[in-house]
Amino acid sequence: MQNNSPILSIRNLNFAYEKELILLDINLNVYEKDFLVLIGPNGGGKSTLMKLILGLLPAPSNSIEIFNKTSKKVLSQIGYVPQNTNINLNFPIKAIDVVMMGAKEDKITALEVLEEVGMQEYADSKIGLLSGGQRQRIMIARALYNKPKILLLDEPTSNIDVDGQQQIYQLLKELNKEMTIIVISHDLSVIMKYANKVAHIHKRLTFHSLQSLKKEFTTEDKHICEVELLQMLGKVR
Amino acid sequence: MIEALSYEFMQNALIAGILVSFIAGIMGSLIVVNRMVFLAGGIAHAAYGGIGIALYTGLPIFLGTTLFAIIASLFMAIVTLKQKENIDIFIGLIWATGMAIGIIFVDLTPGYNVDLMSYLFGSILAVSREDIIFMGLLFLIILIVLKLWYRELLAVSYDSEYASLSGINVKFFYTLLLVLSALTVVIAIKVVGLILVIALLTIPIYIAQRLAHSLLSMMFISGFIASFFTLVGLWFSYSFNLTSGACIILVASVSLMLFILIKGLK
Repeated sequence: MQNNSPILSIRNLNFAYEKELILLDINLNVYEKDFLVLIGPNGGGKSTLMKLILGLLPAPSNSIEIFNKTSKKVLSQIGYVPQNTNINLNFPIKAIDVVMMGAKEDKITALEVLEEVGMQEYADSKIGLLSGGQRQRIMIARALYNKPKILLLDEPTSNIDVDGQQQIYQLLKELNKEMTIIVISHDLSVIMKYANKVAHIHKRLTFHSLQSLKKEFTTEDKHICEVELLQMLGKVR
Repeated sequence: MIEALSYEFMQNALIAGILVSFIAGIMGSLIVVNRMVFLAGGIAHAAYGGIGIALYTGLPIFLGTTLFAIIASLFMAIVTLKQKENIDIFIGLIWATGMAIGIIFVDLTPGYNVDLMSYLFGSILAVSREDIIFMGLLFLIILIVLKLWYRELLAVSYDSEYASLSGINVKFFYTLLLVLSALTVVIAIKVVGLILVIALLTIPIYIAQRLAHSLLSMMFISGFIASFFTLVGLWFSYSFNLTSGACIILVASVSLMLFILIKGLK
């Protein structure tokens, strides 16, 4: 699979807010059906990188190519789940209307994606009455509504209890059969269990393929030493 | 009360009250879900500057107020889109500056002693046919905007970042929202006054927000609730010879308290 050309390619990307350099010389290739986890310290530039990919922040021209194109039109092939989904909890809106937001109204497709995330019975529920985990699933359904080929998620489990987190990642694993997943996470167990690639971002990007790592760090009782893993990923020195 | 309905001024007051209630219900819903109440309040008070300038220069008051309020709303749109973190400061700025400009120009106007109170609390019993035509036009414009762009407005209001990802021109809709809010305020000033506008833009909306399952139903539930407040308030005002705007606000406040007592705070 790695012989194919990358579907997302970032080359020599620098980015600064005002005069503060946030990202320096980022290079990254993402291939079809990758499950890439972005890790790194808060303020290290993970969310900024995601927003640059999405075009929410202006990237220098030609530094980001998606499906070999740089135009904004390819953005419709990307689904996005933002970090904070606890916004506007009093907003009177049904789950299904959140899913169809900003796109053409199509209830059949909306119900299909709600079924995909296991939420079709909540289609007519008010969004504010759902739990954090349920709301996160609605946001994933919204991202899936346009049938994207790449799904970007910014800390999708930060406001959810442990059970809910497992379910979300199980769902992402299913989705990964059909599409590429890029997720920001601090959760190491996730990285080991679901991801095939990991990139550590702290102004610069350090890239790791997990295939070899997993073998190296899996001990006889199949336990992964997180400290050694962290050292390997450059998080601890 | 029934015989009062035979007077033209009373008929005008009722029509104006209901029209303003629905305009405020629709625009108030958008203003509340976008957290722009204070911003709308700022524009409402800044509009007083337009009243002063119109009196001084001899322009029609309605025209002066409209132009001034639209300029204030465009200014706020630019500020909000460029410097979101300082928005509170700029709201305070236009709020106070607009009022000050209005008062200075009224001072400078020879032989004219305008009653500030009538702009704060309005004079719904002095509504003319002309006023009603303007209100009807604004109501029509708002309905057309909703018909054309309801889904876009919904997306921008709920999650503006996601809306811009979906290719919606967030800046345009935000500015449109502010300009329509300014027009709403202007229309309402003469009828119900600056203070009542703020009350009508918030109290019915709070109740409707708890009852509604969509933004659209929230808008029209707010409109019905506001109409109820206006009609009951007018009845008190007429029966006991009290200031209409203040009666309407008190009816709204007492109803809100009852609603909270029954439903509980959330």
